[in-house]
Amino acid sequence: MARFVTRRLLTMVLMLFAISLVTFLLFIVALPGGNPAAMIAGRLATPAEVHLIAVHYGFDKPIYVQYIHTMANIFDGSAFSYQQGFNVLSQIGTDLPATLSLAIGAGILWLLSSIALGTLAAIRSGKYTDRVLTVLSMVGVSLPPFVLGNVLIIYVGYKASLIPLGGYVSLSHPAQWLWHMLAPWFTLSVLFVGFYSRVLRGSILDAMGEDYVRTARAKGLSEPQVLVKHVLRMSLLPIISLWGLDIAQVIGGGAILTETVFNLHGVGQQAALSIGNFDTVTLLTIVMLTALSVVVVGALIDILYAVLDPRIRLS
Amino acid sequence: MSFSGSELRAELAFAAQAAEGEEPASGPPGIGPYKLAWRRMRRNKVSLFFGVLFLLVVILCLLAPIYSQDVAHIGPNTGNLTGQIKVGGKLEYILSLQGIPIGPTWDIHHYFLGADSNGRDVAVRLLYGGRSSLYIGVVAMLITMVFGTILGIIAGYFRGWIDAIVSRMSDLVWSYPAVLLGITLGTVLNVRGLWIFHSTTLLTTALVVGFVYIPYVVRPIRAQVLTLREREFVDAARQQGLGSLRIMFGEVLPNVASTIIIFVPLMLANAILLEAALSFLGAGVQAPNSSWGTMIEAGLVDFPGAFHTVLAPGIMLVLAVMSVNIFGDGLRDALDPRSKAAI
Repeated sequence: MARFVTRRLLTMVLMLFAISLVTFLLFIVALPGGNPAAMIAGRLATPAEVHLIAVHYGFDKPIYVQYIHTMANIFDGSAFSYQQGFNVLSQIGTDLPATLSLAIGAGILWLLSSIALGTLAAIRSGKYTDRVLTVLSMVGVSLPPFVLGNVLIIYVGYKASLIPLGGYVSLSHPAQWLWHMLAPWFTLSVLFVGFYSRVLRGSILDAMGEDYVRTARAKGLSEPQVLVKHVLRMSLLPIISLWGLDIAQVIGGGAILTETVFNLHGVGQQAALSIGNFDTVTLLTIVMLTALSVVVVGALIDILYAVLDPRIRLS
Repeated sequence: MSFSGSELRAELAFAAQAAEGEEPASGPPGIGPYKLAWRRMRRNKVSLFFGVLFLLVVILCLLAPIYSQDVAHIGPNTGNLTGQIKVGGKLEYILSLQGIPIGPTWDIHHYFLGADSNGRDVAVRLLYGGRSSLYIGVVAMLITMVFGTILGIIAGYFRGWIDAIVSRMSDLVWSYPAVLLGITLGTVLNVRGLWIFHSTTLLTTALVVGFVYIPYVVRPIRAQVLTLREREFVDAARQQGLGSLRIMFGEVLPNVASTIIIFVPLMLANAILLEAALSFLGAGVQAPNSSWGTMIEAGLVDFPGAFHTVLAPGIMLVLAVMSVNIFGDGLRDALDPRSKAAI
């Protein structure tokens, strides 16, 4: 087990290195002349001024030196965004609460509703309810945030005045916070519920045919008891691991569209802004954050797995 | 939609699992698996309906020039900032004095779905935008499927260092969230231009979208080929002295065909969605071209004065993607004999 974990962590570190290198090179290649100094200096700068800026920020050094320098800055917290003019880590610290609120709230919403809908579809499999739920889930996976979110903003927000038109309010005003998060949670959840509930429906139906379920029935357990204690417990495993990866990506700024549509000023929106500004340092930091959250949430999910499946605890 | 990569990954894995169950032996003797699948498909009226609906959307968009020239008499980029049109007998400004565009007139000849903030006909632009969206979707899907299949078969067949390289490369691509990688590549290519094209074209976006999804197809195909290459028919072919190329594409490829068929609508839906997302964020289709994604983004300018500039392309996009998804779902059920047991 320990060897497995070390190997996984090592692969992850190597992957992080490769991702950061590719991102860095992409932007060096993309920048006009490969020189961010010209961009910082502005249109009216003389070549001498551009050169001065290049020397000051170290853009005149070889690419590998620049790369090492940038990565070192990211890890010791002194990374500075030349393009947007802020300390990257403290800016991400400001953006993180909105993203965490979105990820955790939406994550709970989409997990619980897909468990409910998936179980319902499995119990009613083949019947009318099941077919309606299948079509609804296909509709759900076809609703991108920039359509559903804008429709909500137009009709529920603007016309009915039931929700705000966007923005994030910090948790120090809990009622306002909840008020502002409802629509983003819903919008992000709809994307996932359709697929999750179908996976759950499939794995419940598979589990129903297993021997241990027949044994549980033979023991004289009631149908709800069999479902909750035996079937659901095993069927939840694939969903939980999927959920972990998805939540980790949302925390790492993966919900770019939802955050942009509702103007939450989260990490994802920052990532989109940084790409538009060719802000390599900020983008690199966010990519590192994504990878970090994938590792951390992955570890947490492994523990949860062990709670749900006793066989894993034993080995 | 799978804006998070892990969901799409799992979705494809499930689809591949469904396809693997297919055996020629199932069903009455003398009927091939594809004929059987077609019989099952014919009974699934809902998914056939949505398949036809998607074809209808495609045909409508292909007819865009005809609608533009012979019915609406206005080009997709023709603005009219000061003009007036007759609506229900009285003259109205296309753009109100506050600059708010006129809403749907429901008159097939003039501004059927209203105007946008430049006084352009939304209905005409919708059809032209749809052409870009569908073109990019189809080209990106073809890129993904062709490269994904070839790489998957090669990696699974040769194993060893070739497999190691292909697998590590796909790990690298999919550890990035799909949208993040898409906008990074899209921005870079749109600024720099592709050296082959010298300028940004629709093909740039198609290449980005197609590239992002390649590893999602490589993995499941590779896994399937890994088990197929141990089967007797591959041994037999090798004994007969067939070369690796003949075995890979003559013997192995037909056996992963049903997986490929199932992936096509799935990848098409995802490609259309990713294109729209990139265009919405400004990293996809660039002016003067337009697509449903850029139209939604541009339409937000009119909010709260007018909504139709956001709703029209939004509804079209959802309609197209939803019909591909529901049709694809039916296709998967039809190709998977065990699906009957599950229902």
